[in-house]
Amino acid sequence: MMNHDAYPDNYIRGILNGVKSIAMVGASPVNVRPSYFAFKYLAQRGYDMIPVNPGHVGKELLGKPFIASLSDIGGPVDMIDIFRNSSHIMPVVEEALTLDPLPKVIWMQLGARDDAAAARAESVGIKVVMNRCPKIEYGRLSSEISWMGVNSRTLSSKRAPAPTQGMRLSLNRMSVGGGTTTASDRAAKNKSEQS
Amino acid sequence: MSDRLPGFSTLAVHAGAQPDPTTGARATPIYQTTSFVFNDADHAASLFGLQAFGNIYTRIGNPTNAVLEERVAALEGGTAALAVASGHAAQVVVLQQLLQPGDEFIAARKLYGGSINQFTHAFKSFGWNVVWADPDDIASFERAVTPRTKAIFIESIANPAGSITDIEAISTVARKAGVPLIVDNTLASPYLIRPIDHGADIVVHSLTKFLGGHGNSLGGIIVDAGTFDWSTGGKYPMLSEPRPEYHGIRLQETFGNFAFAIACRVLGLRDLGPALSPFNAFMILTGIETLPLRMQKHCDNAKAVAEFLAGHPAVASVSYAGLPSDKYNQLARKYAPKGAGAVFTFSLKGGYDAGVNLVSKLQLFSHLANVGDTRSLVIHPASTTHSQLDDAAKIKSGAGPDVVRLSVGIEDKEDLIADLEQALGA
Ligand SMILES: Cc1ncc(COP(=O)(O)O)c(C=O)c1O
Repeated sequence: MMNHDAYPDNYIRGILNGVKSIAMVGASPVNVRPSYFAFKYLAQRGYDMIPVNPGHVGKELLGKPFIASLSDIGGPVDMIDIFRNSSHIMPVVEEALTLDPLPKVIWMQLGARDDAAAARAESVGIKVVMNRCPKIEYGRLSSEISWMGVNSRTLSSKRAPAPTQGMRLSLNRMSVGGGTTTASDRAAKNKSEQS
Repeated sequence: MSDRLPGFSTLAVHAGAQPDPTTGARATPIYQTTSFVFNDADHAASLFGLQAFGNIYTRIGNPTNAVLEERVAALEGGTAALAVASGHAAQVVVLQQLLQPGDEFIAARKLYGGSINQFTHAFKSFGWNVVWADPDDIASFERAVTPRTKAIFIESIANPAGSITDIEAISTVARKAGVPLIVDNTLASPYLIRPIDHGADIVVHSLTKFLGGHGNSLGGIIVDAGTFDWSTGGKYPMLSEPRPEYHGIRLQETFGNFAFAIACRVLGLRDLGPALSPFNAFMILTGIETLPLRMQKHCDNAKAVAEFLAGHPAVASVSYAGLPSDKYNQLARKYAPKGAGAVFTFSLKGGYDAGVNLVSKLQLFSHLANVGDTRSLVIHPASTTHSQLDDAAKIKSGAGPDVVRLSVGIEDKEDLIADLEQALGA
């Protein structure tokens, strides 16, 4: 069982290097919502993105038609990225567990955490990430997020190719520390233990 | 790939920097440009809307400055950082995110004199009210908390006397009050003390001092520990509420554990404007590469000089936390075991006149208003950095009329001691 207070970089790296298609539950067409940011970024980095939101069926998100629910995907999907509050996670996970084949990863967005739902998914071999943003993690491990002064917690002495639009970036830089060493993870853990 | 944690010196050289993708340049290039070309209209819109990572305009961010930011964030163990034009600019930008007019913040009474001025006068005109507390009396922080308190501000090693602050005890007060603890870590540098490990939520620096370290460039930085939850109770609307200047984005929701650093950049630096020159960022980065070497030498020299002064007949007292007899020695052992810093004060039996006389006779020590240079520095705070305070406040902040402050450099300690000896001599 994964320690969900602090993920080793290799765990996140393996997921982001491995998955190709991502269904985003709760994707929003409103361009100031975090889900929109993440959807657009991940699409630009070459992931096959599927927007899931029953309120917007009939519309498109960056050229991809919205679908109402996971069962409408109509084929295998590698990862379910859930942009819903913690209280709405369980039904989405239950639906994900009915898919055949099962998704490889269930990812819950920044601020979202449901340990019971995570345990059910893990019991059938699905990897789970909670309270993280895939855009931020991709930007961090590729160090692209360093443009914003963010600590990528990675190092590299290699010359990376100059990034161009739509290109996948290498996530294989040397990590400088597992999550347990960071104060923000400790704070999040303390908070979840209090509540 | 293992998740092994490299040591401090490795981070001081490497964190944030990689070979330039375009040219292969290994040293961090100085991106001396105001602006950056967009790929197309959509890219421009994404950048302006904070949806993409990238550069727009150097007042908001610059690739050279970004290396500096990531490096200091890594050294401090924070999630992100923002470099600005000076230490004072860092303080304004931090408090602008936290206080509305009419709000209060609690500050330790023992601070750099310029900060005491900034808090007392400049911030008052913004409607930000400072309430002073005594870092030697933790209960005085507790008593100062009111419903309008939005932050607590302390120095890890306090200017001018080099006293050590009990960061953990004050962070407990801050946590109980539900406000972030801001620590000015200028005099310690992360080599000696990492305030985030002791409960700080925000760390600020004047990069002008030990981090840059060569007395050639002004700069400041803000480090976000990522530890504070800004969403509770609507107390910090800059972070928790939809921002009209960004079409309704909520920064904490969007950026999680580095939202504070982003707020400082996109609401503070962008609108107030104290951007750091990329050239200064380059100079400071070069300085940081040798921070561990310099800082150890600064501390070792300072201890030797303090020991010499403590044994000199013309000296009434030495305030250096690295001396076993010092009031702050216990705290120094706990928080700064590698050394108690290199800025401290001593007082002369001959009072004000003897101080002035000493300063005029010194040959190696430079008489100037700075600290944290490779060169050794001396000043008489009562007539300079702390001159705007009244006598009682001078004494309270450790800058009485008979007090001389040293910032011990990285020269040979024997030469520094000989210089002091000749100047104290006759
Ligand atoms: C402890 C401390 N904080 C802040 C500052 C202000 O920094 P700056 O001069 O870079 O604005 C100083 C400058 O002396 C200082 O010593």
